[in-house]
Amino acid sequence: MIENRPIITFLSHLFLIFGILIIAFPIWITFVAATHDAVRMVQIPLPLLPGDQFFENLKETLTRGMKGASAPPVGFMLLNSLIMAMMIAVGKIAISLLSAFAIVYFRFPFRMAFFWMIFITLMLPVEVRILPTFEVVANLGMLNSYWGLSIPLIASATATFMFRQVFLTIPDELLEAARIDGAGPLRFFRDILIPLSRTNIAALFVILFIYGWNQYLWPLLITTDQSMYTVVMGIKQMLDAAEQSPDWHLIMMTSLLAMLPPVLVVVLMQSLFVKGLTETEK
Amino acid sequence: MADIELSNVKKSYGATDVIHGIDWHIADGEFVVIVGPSGCGKSTLLRMIAGLERITQGDIAIGGQVVNKLEPADRDIAMVFQNYALYPHMTVYKNMAYSLKIRGVGKQEIDRRVKQVAEILEIGDYLRRAPRQLSGGQRQRVAMGRAIVREPSVFLFDEPLSNLDAKLRVQMRLEIKRLQERLGITSVYVTHDQVEAMTLGHRLMVLNNGHVEQLGTPIDLYENPATQFVAGFIGSPSMNFLDATMGERGQSVNFAADASLGLSGDYSDHEGKTVTVGLRPEHLEIADPSQPHTSLNVQVVEHLGADTLVHGAFSQDALELTVRLKGVQSFSRNEVIPLSISPQNVHLFDKTTGQRL
Ligand SMILES: Nc1ncnc2c1ncn2[C@@H]1O[C@H](COP(=O)(O)OP(=O)(O)O)[C@@H](O)[C@H]1O
Ligand SMILES: [Mg+2]
Repeated sequence: MIENRPIITFLSHLFLIFGILIIAFPIWITFVAATHDAVRMVQIPLPLLPGDQFFENLKETLTRGMKGASAPPVGFMLLNSLIMAMMIAVGKIAISLLSAFAIVYFRFPFRMAFFWMIFITLMLPVEVRILPTFEVVANLGMLNSYWGLSIPLIASATATFMFRQVFLTIPDELLEAARIDGAGPLRFFRDILIPLSRTNIAALFVILFIYGWNQYLWPLLITTDQSMYTVVMGIKQMLDAAEQSPDWHLIMMTSLLAMLPPVLVVVLMQSLFVKGLTETEK
Repeated sequence: MADIELSNVKKSYGATDVIHGIDWHIADGEFVVIVGPSGCGKSTLLRMIAGLERITQGDIAIGGQVVNKLEPADRDIAMVFQNYALYPHMTVYKNMAYSLKIRGVGKQEIDRRVKQVAEILEIGDYLRRAPRQLSGGQRQRVAMGRAIVREPSVFLFDEPLSNLDAKLRVQMRLEIKRLQERLGITSVYVTHDQVEAMTLGHRLMVLNNGHVEQLGTPIDLYENPATQFVAGFIGSPSMNFLDATMGERGQSVNFAADASLGLSGDYSDHEGKTVTVGLRPEHLEIADPSQPHTSLNVQVVEHLGADTLVHGAFSQDALELTVRLKGVQSFSRNEVIPLSISPQNVHLFDKTTGQRL
């Protein structure tokens, strides 16, 4: 729509700026809080402008953790989060690609039944099946391990469904040309399907990485060992554990650090991400 | 190099029979065309030869070996698809090299073959490009190149020119013909376009609803169509079909009221029978009014430059008839022109079975 009425332009900008302010203000407060020392943070009014303690706070959070808090240094938790998020994202993509491949390209008994079974798991996220899943993970001895953190979150109906749609748009002639060229199923999968789904894989990676990174309830449940804490649940531990009033400057610094990797992933993969969501031509 | 032998080949999808038992021997080095209207089963038949479609019944042998159970890759064939089916994420070079790479051909040998074929097809300049950066005609060449580098014993083409514009189609048609003559590889070509079929094939199979209507050389099909279907399918504009009755001793055919045409063959068995008469538009001529003739009431005139198409009503029953005359000729509407046709160009078909009499 092309309109050239100044009043509308003005109003729409006003509206957008207002929206951005609402989202950005808490982030700004987080940033400001992360740049002051403990003393300033308990005085009223709370600061609205940055202080000079940014690098001190950064160093302290990353390496030492919090006094009296039952959480390991944040650097350590960041690493745990990273490993978990990567395992979830990569695992989900690998499993979904393979199951979509099976469902689209192979004729086997009960193919559609399997497809619907996968589809129905959409209704069963971890939160719903948390007790039985915990039981299974505990019995398998996977509490306090990276496997325990990631495997129950890996099976993904959404991603399987998405790759199925992608594969369905790939013309049959490509499969036939590949068969005539002598490519077996796995070769076709590797040489044709994966490269053609590249942008979709990237888009999904961004979404799934953030999904994995932001997991809160599940890690909280299955990690009792501090060395397995992830940063998102770690923030909560920091709040609880302090006997004195919470170290807001360090907690806010941790929040800031926890926000960073998803932002990096989005920024770095932005162009592929947008292509993957909008591209239709094959 | 190989011949192809089809013995009683049938195909059904569930209860629907699509191909009804075809026997055909295609000689080594021959260029044959399967032609027929859309949906008659041409692609199905070709895809059975390729191994992309299971054979319901019968045998297909390539080079003397029955290939019914072989994967497409093991049949020593190459196929060119209507929409080219190039791998969109690979360069032209990689598209052409892919099958060789899978078969474990050495890098240098691949390079030599790809470059050689690229030169034949004049696509050497595009080897580093992706398919989407090519025009339709160039993609078509790459698709052919991909087939040729494999040096197969059989080429299969499924309407490879349908996606090109008319001018390019004529040009590529000629190139395919030259290429096939040069390489001498047995080729099976599928098309619904009778002009393509006539110009390309050494021999044609006219397919209709999964049945073979006729097998033969292009001239054979044109001059002696075995059925009314073939007669109507081959030739452009199509043959005129008119209902008529056989005259005395089968020496002429009489149209309802006033008109009749003389015949050259011996049709004495058919005296009094109702038949379908086939007259090619290009065989009808303007007659000398003093000689025996029939007449045409002109309705529409189309000028093609080299030819003039005259559509009109024939005899008092106003039977629709098209005549193709050489050069530019002008007639006015409702003008009556005298027409004649030489007796050996009158085709007769059984009115119920459509078989040639
Ligand atoms: N997979 C299929 N299942 C059922 N019918 C099919 C299938 N593929 C083709 N057919 C039918 O077989 C007939 C021949 O198809 P095809 O060989 O593609 O015709 P064409 O001569 O146009 O290439 C058509 O009537 C089509 O509907
Ligand atoms: Mg077809």
